[in-house]
Amino acid sequence: MFENILIYFVVIPLVMLGLLALCRDIKQIRAVAVVGSLGLIALSVVTLVQYLGMRAAGVEDPMLFVDSWTWFAPLNIHLAVGVDGISIAMLLLSSIIVFAGSFASWTIKEPKAFFLWLILLSVGVFGFFISIDMFTMFMFYEVALIPMYLLIGVWGSGNKNYSAMKLTLMLMGGSAFLMMGLIGIYYHSAPEGGQLTWNLLEIVKNASIPHGWQSFLFPMTFVGFGVLGAMFPFHTWSPDGHASAPTAVSMLHAGVLMKLGGYGCFRVAIYTMPQAAHELSWIFLILTGISVVYGAFCACVKTDLKYINAYSSVSHCGLVLFAILMLNETAMTGAIMQMLSHGLMTALFFALIGMIYGRTHTREITQMGGMMQIMPYLSVCYVIAGMASLGLPGLSGFVAEMTIFVGSFQAGMTDYLAGHGSLRLVFTIIACCSIVITAVYILRVVGKLLFGPVHDEHHRTLTDATWWERLSTVTLIICVAAIGCFPNFFNNLINFTFKPAIFSVLGMN
Amino acid sequence: MGITLPLLILAIPLFMFLLLGIAGVKMSHKLAGWLGCLGMGTTLVLAYTVALTYYFCPEFTAETGERIQTIVFNQTWLAFTQNLVISLGFLLDPISALMLIVITTISFLVHLYSLGYMEGEKGFQRYYAFLSLFSFSMLGLVVATNIFQMYIFWELVGASSYLLIGFYYTKHSAVAASKKAFIVTRFADLGFLIGILVLSYYSQTFDFLKLTTDSQWVLASTQGATFMGASVLTWALVLIFTGGMGKSAMMPLHIWLPDAMEGPTPVSALIHAATMVVAGVFLVARMFPVYLLEESATMIVAVVGAVTAFYAAMVACTQIDIKRVLAFSTISQIAFMMVSLGVASNGNGDVCHHGLGYMASMFHMFTHAMFKALLFLGAGALIHAVHSNDYTAMGGLSRYMPVTRWTFLIGCLAIAGIPPFSGFFSKDEILSAAYAWSPFMGVWMTIVAAMTAFYMFRLYFLIFRWDEPDYGHHTPHDPPLPMMIPLVFLAAVSCVAGFIPFGHFVTWNRMPYDIHLDPWIACSSVAVAICAICLAAYMYRTKNPLPEKMKNAMPVLWDWCHHRFYWDELYMFITHKIIFNGVCRPLAWFDRHIIDGTMDSFAAVTNKLSRVIAPLQSGQVQMYVFVYIIGALLLGGITVLCLI
Repeated sequence: MFENILIYFVVIPLVMLGLLALCRDIKQIRAVAVVGSLGLIALSVVTLVQYLGMRAAGVEDPMLFVDSWTWFAPLNIHLAVGVDGISIAMLLLSSIIVFAGSFASWTIKEPKAFFLWLILLSVGVFGFFISIDMFTMFMFYEVALIPMYLLIGVWGSGNKNYSAMKLTLMLMGGSAFLMMGLIGIYYHSAPEGGQLTWNLLEIVKNASIPHGWQSFLFPMTFVGFGVLGAMFPFHTWSPDGHASAPTAVSMLHAGVLMKLGGYGCFRVAIYTMPQAAHELSWIFLILTGISVVYGAFCACVKTDLKYINAYSSVSHCGLVLFAILMLNETAMTGAIMQMLSHGLMTALFFALIGMIYGRTHTREITQMGGMMQIMPYLSVCYVIAGMASLGLPGLSGFVAEMTIFVGSFQAGMTDYLAGHGSLRLVFTIIACCSIVITAVYILRVVGKLLFGPVHDEHHRTLTDATWWERLSTVTLIICVAAIGCFPNFFNNLINFTFKPAIFSVLGMN
Repeated sequence: MGITLPLLILAIPLFMFLLLGIAGVKMSHKLAGWLGCLGMGTTLVLAYTVALTYYFCPEFTAETGERIQTIVFNQTWLAFTQNLVISLGFLLDPISALMLIVITTISFLVHLYSLGYMEGEKGFQRYYAFLSLFSFSMLGLVVATNIFQMYIFWELVGASSYLLIGFYYTKHSAVAASKKAFIVTRFADLGFLIGILVLSYYSQTFDFLKLTTDSQWVLASTQGATFMGASVLTWALVLIFTGGMGKSAMMPLHIWLPDAMEGPTPVSALIHAATMVVAGVFLVARMFPVYLLEESATMIVAVVGAVTAFYAAMVACTQIDIKRVLAFSTISQIAFMMVSLGVASNGNGDVCHHGLGYMASMFHMFTHAMFKALLFLGAGALIHAVHSNDYTAMGGLSRYMPVTRWTFLIGCLAIAGIPPFSGFFSKDEILSAAYAWSPFMGVWMTIVAAMTAFYMFRLYFLIFRWDEPDYGHHTPHDPPLPMMIPLVFLAAVSCVAGFIPFGHFVTWNRMPYDIHLDPWIACSSVAVAICAICLAAYMYRTKNPLPEKMKNAMPVLWDWCHHRFYWDELYMFITHKIIFNGVCRPLAWFDRHIIDGTMDSFAAVTNKLSRVIAPLQSGQVQMYVFVYIIGALLLGGITVLCLI
């Protein structure tokens, strides 16, 4: 079992949990968190290198490092693992954010319990991304959700009990749909008389889900995962949840957990039920298209930094689901890039907001101003994050958005010219409008918060970033710039095997 | 041509940006300033080498005399699909070589000038870092090999412009102006982006060379496709032009440029007069063979240009802030270039008057860059001397600032179109092209040219003659040497640039073309310009009540002009009242009360329901027995009923 590299993505956090339980003081806790998350980064880089090496050697399998161990034979439940370029990208993202998040919670109170729950959450996240067995996937998904409740409820701020409860209940509600969907898929996972399976690769190979069932199961799974992807109108957990969560949790939640939604929608809903995806995508296209502009418009009037960023996440994550539903190679590649990009930059945003809040004890932009004069380092980072968010070339947001727009437009035009209606085209153009609205709310915050005269004279005594805060932000900024400057590497990584897989599964283009 | 020099032209400014941006805080002002100048100076030398090699080396000229468009390098950056690939490359052709010269010259002079102008400012290093960023982006824009590369650098110049306008970030007005500039141009870029998407869908390429060398094929690929009555190609070209309108401040997207004057004056000279704002003209020129295919697209370019030119000239006559006058004059002059490009097409897919308009437009872009930068830098010297932007704080300055005065005068003469200064030659050719296209357009543009001469000399006389305000102990004086050199140099260029045989270097089909002045048009334009100058002299040479009388005679017109025809108020209304209060707020309310309310009420109903049911588990045995008996009776009753 332990010769497969992927299993270590779960083993390392589990070992960390054990070590954390033994820790006696804050220094040891920090050491475990930092060493462990560095180990995870190293592991994902090694996986990436090995993966690219195998691809370069001409391995054509849809997933690599595939392995499966029986867990509960009567129900055919296995711990099955395997990754392709998309999962590796997500693993990289998660490990980087766990690393940055550890530094962002350097001075958290009750660190032991906090880190225990945080690492448990990351067990769920990593487990989810390496699994290809739907049951274990679902299990890890739930593992990632539960710690959220405690992390927000205990370490949160503001209306934290309400937010924690709301977030958990809504996501659990999504899980209920999801579970029905998954069980439905399981019972149709093999042709009549065949061996039923939870394994995604085999389900795709069998392609035996009857058409009628697909039209029922697809919405179930898509909504189930879509709730986590903050799809309109199931997004309202996100603003409250993010606003109340402590810094590192907001980072991990917006940066990684929301990606579980997009990843799941693609990996489970669309991958296994392509026909239904083709027929029913329009419903969700409308919903996600609304998310994109709706989130952006709402962000324009909010005055709480975390709310603004949470609505902006609704808009950006809406774009991920939107692009996935285009069922077009380019757009889907863009969706994955957007997940990476949004994960990194929103983590950066939440980290910065947490740092500013930790100093000023307010998140209201009306009560702050002129931060550039007081904490120049944090302010410059905030401007960079804002620029990434509004899609400045050279940072990650631009490449992701452009890939999505080009792909969606191609899909929309093809549809339109083939006489399939202009829905995709119209929604693509509506989604494009978000680049203007994003600029509006980002520059509004930047102008009010960072520039202008100092609003509150008490703020003048505040200090700039400490070394751990610098480390946390610099890591994220470097990653954001790396994606923005060398997008083709990620592009190739993502669609290396994605292309043939998409051709065979979705039969598009 | 080797790849080293062109690569360095882009790499040096980028490196300087990173160096000054990251390590600048640790540097002294002096070191940062000289490093910036050194970097830009090197870039200048390299750019001149590349551009002059291109123009004069025979390897870049075909047998027929046509200058060859050369792609020096082209590196894949992001491959969307097999055909749609963004590359980052370096395209060398007559217009990009021209722009290399213009950008590096002005940028270097501004670097030098800022040593004096920005001396002692807080954030001096940051200023130089942003200047380098801007230079990098602008150079990348003009040498773009494909339309998406242009879009990338287009966004980057927008961002560097945002950063530089908001340089004095503690000032509310500067922050607001930078935000406005970014958002207005972003809105225009949305059009640009959609235009690119439409065009690339049909042509399946981003590549400029593919689009422009065989443009008939572009036409063929979009044949028959229409949308809302206009052909798809027209839509694509008009949308792309929208992007150009935003950057080049054409009506109705011009509102950001006058506000952008909040930035430091050298920045206005570099970005908002000489280089970035002509990006729209450059875009149309770059795509010119494609624009030729669609009559309506070039028509729109010409009409938008003509309207803007007139509007901006009218407004410029009434402004008080000298930088705003210059800003509106920039808008008006860029509109001249737009008109000129528009009238270069005869509407049948061919050029009008041997493509004179195209050449004239590029020529004017070149001369305008020089004399407008001169005027802005001169204005900077004035502002530096009297610490105010308003002409009311100036007057009689010719006595104190002779060098500034003479160089400013040369700039005014050049923009007014008086021979032998450079503006005369380029403007005259624009007028010839306009007359050849339609006499109405010719007359219209001549009127605008006369207005140009009038408002520029109004400004000149108000600053340098008129009545002297009380300067107190701080008598204004000429600027220090680093500021003086650029002024003198640009004045010299403005004197001689008109004699460059421009047609030999830049034409629409890259074939040499001989310019000959049309004596009739030349005489008439000079005559009206002189009349306008005389009128300005009559009204503003000495302090007199005439301007006040004029103003009172036409209060409504003056009011509208002075308030720029209330465009800003209109936009304020749309953005604040309609979008912010009418869309955003209701949506946020909807989110809080309807969507959230629904979720909360699910929770509330569940809660209520459980409260209602909970008392049944009261723990009282009598109650349980009572319920038990009722249940048993009911069941018994049902059984009996069933049996019967």
